[in-house]
Amino acid sequence: MNEFAATTISPRLAKNIRRNIKERVIELILMLAALSAVATTVGIVAILLNESLGFFKTVSVVDFFTDTQWTPLFENPHFGIMPLISGTLTTSAVALIVAIPVGTIAAIYLSEFASHKVRETVKPILELLVGVPTVVFGYFALFFVTPILQNMIPTLPGFNMLSAGLVMGIMIIPYICSVAEDAMRAVPMSMREGSYAMGATRFQTALRVVAPAATSGIVAAYILGISRAVGETMVVAVAAGQQPNLTFNPMESAATITAYIVQVALGDLPHGSIGYQSIFAAGLVLMVMTLMFNMLGHWVRKKYRENY
Amino acid sequence: MTQASVIKNLTEVRAMIKRHKMDDYIFSIIGIIALMIGLLTLLTLFIDLIYDGSGRFNLKFLSDYPSRRAENAGLLSAWVGSTLVMLITFLTAVPMGVAAGLYLEEYASKNWFSDIIEINVSNLAGVPSIVYGLLALGLFVYGLGLGQSILTAGLTLGLLILPIVIVSTRESIRAIPVAIREAAYAVGATKWQVVYDHVLKYSYGGILTGVIIGMARALGETAPIITIGALTFIAFLPPSPISDVPPYLNFEWLSSGFTVLPIQMFNWLSRPDHAFHVNAAATGAIIIVVTLLMNGYAIRLRYKIRESIKW
Repeated sequence: MNEFAATTISPRLAKNIRRNIKERVIELILMLAALSAVATTVGIVAILLNESLGFFKTVSVVDFFTDTQWTPLFENPHFGIMPLISGTLTTSAVALIVAIPVGTIAAIYLSEFASHKVRETVKPILELLVGVPTVVFGYFALFFVTPILQNMIPTLPGFNMLSAGLVMGIMIIPYICSVAEDAMRAVPMSMREGSYAMGATRFQTALRVVAPAATSGIVAAYILGISRAVGETMVVAVAAGQQPNLTFNPMESAATITAYIVQVALGDLPHGSIGYQSIFAAGLVLMVMTLMFNMLGHWVRKKYRENY
Repeated sequence: MTQASVIKNLTEVRAMIKRHKMDDYIFSIIGIIALMIGLLTLLTLFIDLIYDGSGRFNLKFLSDYPSRRAENAGLLSAWVGSTLVMLITFLTAVPMGVAAGLYLEEYASKNWFSDIIEINVSNLAGVPSIVYGLLALGLFVYGLGLGQSILTAGLTLGLLILPIVIVSTRESIRAIPVAIREAAYAVGATKWQVVYDHVLKYSYGGILTGVIIGMARALGETAPIITIGALTFIAFLPPSPISDVPPYLNFEWLSSGFTVLPIQMFNWLSRPDHAFHVNAAATGAIIIVVTLLMNGYAIRLRYKIRESIKW
């Protein structure tokens, strides 16, 4: 054995060793790339927590959640996040009141009623709609929807949460419709056939057989839609106004968490100031809200998934 | 049962069937209306933008710098900025995303480690884009001192679309049958040879789909770029990447200030002067056309791949 080791290794073996090293190096590089996803998450959490900690040295957590005013850039600053949360929730609620019924009905129609040809045409268009940049929808809300609404409701201010919420809702319809339709398509054909064989109509089958079987996917679509509405920035920044306002009335103008971040970023705040730190605290709240919805969505999908 | 009650029953049943058929009919009309609300809105939005911005569709609009006078203002610095930012985004997101997808599908064994990465990727896809802006502001702009530069914006959008590229890479790799890999191993290929010569080559189309959708998303993203504090009034171009003296490449543009198309649009539409809104509409129409073309091409590609490949 020792004699063998002492002799020089054959060129073929040397090539193998080089090859093995190369394989290892490549695997390592690929692994580092995969770890970049983890690094991004860690980076986001670290930056948000770090800057927020600085913020909460000046502002008490109790004030942050109980103060009813958000005026970090004023002479006499108040740091109550509630007005921003109320704005975020109101615009999201308006959006969902539009998007959930319309998206669900459209999904049921597409999955259970539409012909193969219609479905194959509409699905790609829905996917296209999901890709339209949101700043364009902001323009639409401010210069198209708001004037129409003002015709109907003369007292409506130029910036209002109703218009922003409606447009956001329209924006989310394709998303909810697409995900919910996928969930209903996944219900096996034999269940529909069983229902038809009992004499049920399409509508009865859709409502009593397909929709219940696809509940987990449909609810997950709603929750992901909520998460999108809460994190949406440009539509609300353009059309809902920039003034923090503790109200749940969609006819008023109010800032959301995301609109506040945009407003501060557009100004020129010095790095490390309390105003600068406040956008990270606001971002942390936003992140926690969307994370909760996303986790709830995954949980619903896992927990209520029926296996066929 | 008497004859009369059978007939009565029969008419009841017939009425019921009629009623239920009516329900079907009514619902399909409601369904079409719901679908139309979704689809026609895009059409309305598009027509509205074209109509509002119609005065500005000329080459001068593309070759002018922004200006204080709306009719002289143009998109030159914005589209050049967008192109350069997209270049950086492409160069970061594609190699990293494809490599990560390859690792997760081909190399990683199913354990807690790959689980953590997987959970991370799916969570990142749900993070609001503005949060990426905050990450970039804290990390790239101040932490690493890259400033409000093209490099910062490109890296930010690169991280933003990374989950899209990873997911599409994994999906198209997963569609390749194990037999292909086994055949390559059987003739003595190493893991990397299998991955590079076969897996990557056959999943190319699917990966491309994801990359294009990701790039279209990056082109339209506004919030993260605003958050890093991009200037909105840029009346200059970044230094040219190509120089006439060796080494012929110039990297000064990476640290240059910039603006991009959606930011220019946001800037114009938030001004009180109506003349600028025309510019905003024209910019919006351009952004929509470009993103729709990119997404449309990608979706067509995906459907084509789905139909053509029969393993």
